[in-house]
Amino acid sequence: MKKGLLIVVALMLTIGLAACGSKNTGESTNSQNSGSTNEAAALSGSLLATGSSALQPLVEQVSKKFMEDAKFAGITVQVQGGGSGTGLTQVSGGQADIGNSDIFAEEKFTDADADKAKELVDHQVAVVAMATVINKDVAVDNLTKQQLVDIFTGKVTNWKEVGGADEKITIVNRPSSSGTRKTFEKYALGTKSEDVQGSIQEDSSGTVKKLVSETPGAIGYLALSYLDDTVKTVKYEGVDPTEENIVTGTYPVWAYEHMYTKGEPSEIEKAFLDYITSDAVQNADVVELGYIPVGKMQVKRDVDGNITK
Amino acid sequence: MEQPAVMNKKRVQTGSTTRAFAKPHVIEEWVGKVYTALCILVLVITIGAIVYFVSSRGLATFFVDGVSLGGLLGGLKWEPEGDIPLYGALPFIFGSFSTSVLAALMAAPLGMCAAVFMTQIMPGFGKKVLQPVIELLAGIPSVVFGFVGLSVVVPVLRAIFPGQGIGIAAGSIVLSLMILPTITTIATDALAALPRGLKEGSFALGATRWQTIYRIVLPTTLPSLLTGVVLGMSRAFGEALAVQMVIGNSPHIPHSLFESASTLTSAITLDMGNTVMGSTHNNALWSLALILLSMTFVFVFVVRFLERRNKR
Repeated sequence: MKKGLLIVVALMLTIGLAACGSKNTGESTNSQNSGSTNEAAALSGSLLATGSSALQPLVEQVSKKFMEDAKFAGITVQVQGGGSGTGLTQVSGGQADIGNSDIFAEEKFTDADADKAKELVDHQVAVVAMATVINKDVAVDNLTKQQLVDIFTGKVTNWKEVGGADEKITIVNRPSSSGTRKTFEKYALGTKSEDVQGSIQEDSSGTVKKLVSETPGAIGYLALSYLDDTVKTVKYEGVDPTEENIVTGTYPVWAYEHMYTKGEPSEIEKAFLDYITSDAVQNADVVELGYIPVGKMQVKRDVDGNITK
Repeated sequence: MEQPAVMNKKRVQTGSTTRAFAKPHVIEEWVGKVYTALCILVLVITIGAIVYFVSSRGLATFFVDGVSLGGLLGGLKWEPEGDIPLYGALPFIFGSFSTSVLAALMAAPLGMCAAVFMTQIMPGFGKKVLQPVIELLAGIPSVVFGFVGLSVVVPVLRAIFPGQGIGIAAGSIVLSLMILPTITTIATDALAALPRGLKEGSFALGATRWQTIYRIVLPTTLPSLLTGVVLGMSRAFGEALAVQMVIGNSPHIPHSLFESASTLTSAITLDMGNTVMGSTHNNALWSLALILLSMTFVFVFVVRFLERRNKR
C-alpha cells in the first residue's frame, strides 16, 4: 500500500516539474517573438497595466479604443486594478509593464526601497482634483486650511466651531495608505490627518459619497468626477474647485495620475503611452471621465510639491 | 473498505504484468487511485503553500522589521503611516471577535428554532419549501449583504440609536443574516438524523411534542448544533467585504456599538492594495492575516472536538 502511494507521489512530482519546465520555455520563446516583431513595422505583443483604481476607468476605456485602432491591431492591453501600491510593486518587480499610481513613486518607495523608485520612469497622463464635500444639512460653504486641519486632526469636533450650527462632525476619511488621502493631506492640509476615534474610513469613492450624503454632519473629500448634488461642495480658502481655478494653480488640491514603466518604455509601451497622452484622447476620454488633461495645466508640480508656471 | 483493496493489490503483484493490465477493473482501480491521490495532493500543496506564504510574510514583521509581538497583539494604536509607525492590532482583534460573537448570538437562536420548526413541527413543508429558501440566502454574494446593510440597516440604526449608525451593531446584524443559512442547515441535518426511536420512546412515555423537543431532541443534538454555530462564527470572522461597508473602519476600540470600529479583515482589504509589497505596513497586514488564519485553525479544532463528542 505504502509503496503504491510512493510511486504515485513520485509520478506526480515528475509531472509537476515537467509542467513548470515547459511553462518557462513557453514564456521565453514568447518574449523572443515579441522582441523580433518589434523591429518590424507593425507592433505586436501584450501589455499589462495594473494599479490605481482611481485611474483604472480611464486606462480601461483608452485601452479598448487603442486595441480597436487598426494601427495597433497586434497589441493587446490588459488593465487591472489593485491599488497604487500593487501597481508600483508589480512594475518594479517586472510582473506588470505599466504601473498606475495616484502618487509619485518616490512617495511610496521610501527608506530601504528608495532605489526602486529611481528605476521607474514617470509618465503623467491626467490630473485629478479633489474637493471637500459635506452633508447638505451643514450650513458652511467655505473652510480655511486651518479649519480643515483642525477638523481632520480631531481638534474641532462640532460644526459650530467653524461657523455652522451646533452639530457633531463625522469625518469620512480614506485608509491611511490611500493615494487620495495622501494627496488631500499633502495639498489641502499640509499635514497628516489623524484616525480620529469615531471617524469613518472607506476606500471606495462611491461609498464615501453615499456616507457623506446620508450621515448628518459628515465631511469627506472626493475627486471632482464623483461630485453631484447629493453632497455639498465647500470652497477651500474661498476658492471654488473649478477646472479654471485648478489649471491656473489657484486651487491647490490636485495631483497627477501616473503611469510608470521600469526604465525607458519599450516600443509597445511607448505606443500606448503616446496614445493616451495624444490630444484625441486627452480632450475626449480624459475630460469625459472627469479628469483634467495634463496639457491644460498652466502650472507644473514636482515630487516635493514645488510649483512652477 | 481496506480488505478488498489489499487483496486486489496482492493479485496484481503476484500475477504476471500482462495478465494484470489486461483486466479493465485493475486499470480502473489504478486510474481512480492516481486521480484521487492527485486531487488530495493539489489540496494539500495549496493549503501548505498558503500557510507558508502567510506565515513568511506575517512573521517578517517581527523578525525583519522588528515590531514586537506584544506590541502588535496588545497595542491600541494603529498608525502605520505616522511619523513613528505604530502597529497595534488590538482594535481589529476586538472588532473581529465582537462582531462575530454578536452575530452568532443573534443567528444561533433563530437558526436553531427554524430548524426545529422545519424538522419537528412541519417536516413536509419545511423540507420542500423552507429549507431551499433558507439555502438561497447562502448564495447571495456578500457585496449585496453589504449594500443592503449600508442602505437599510445603517439608516435604521442611525434613526433609532444615537451615533452614526455604522459600527459593530450594524456589522453583526449583517453578519448574522449571512451566517443564518450555515447554522440553520447544519442544525436541520442534525435534527433530521436523530434516530426515530428516541422521539417515539419519549412520546410513548406520554411526553408532549414540546417536552420531547426540549428535553430529548435538543440536548441530544446539542454538539451538532454548536458545530453549526462555530462554523457560522468562523464564516463571520473571515467575512470582509460586507462588514467593511458597514462598520466604519476606524482603527479604535469603539465606546459604543454604534461607533465606527474595524475588524482584521476590513483592515487588510482597505490597505493591502495601497501598500508596497515588502514594506513594514504591508508585512503588518500579513501579520493580521496570520492571526486570522490561526483563528480559523482554532475554529476547525473546536468543530472537530465537538464532532468527536457527538460520536460518543
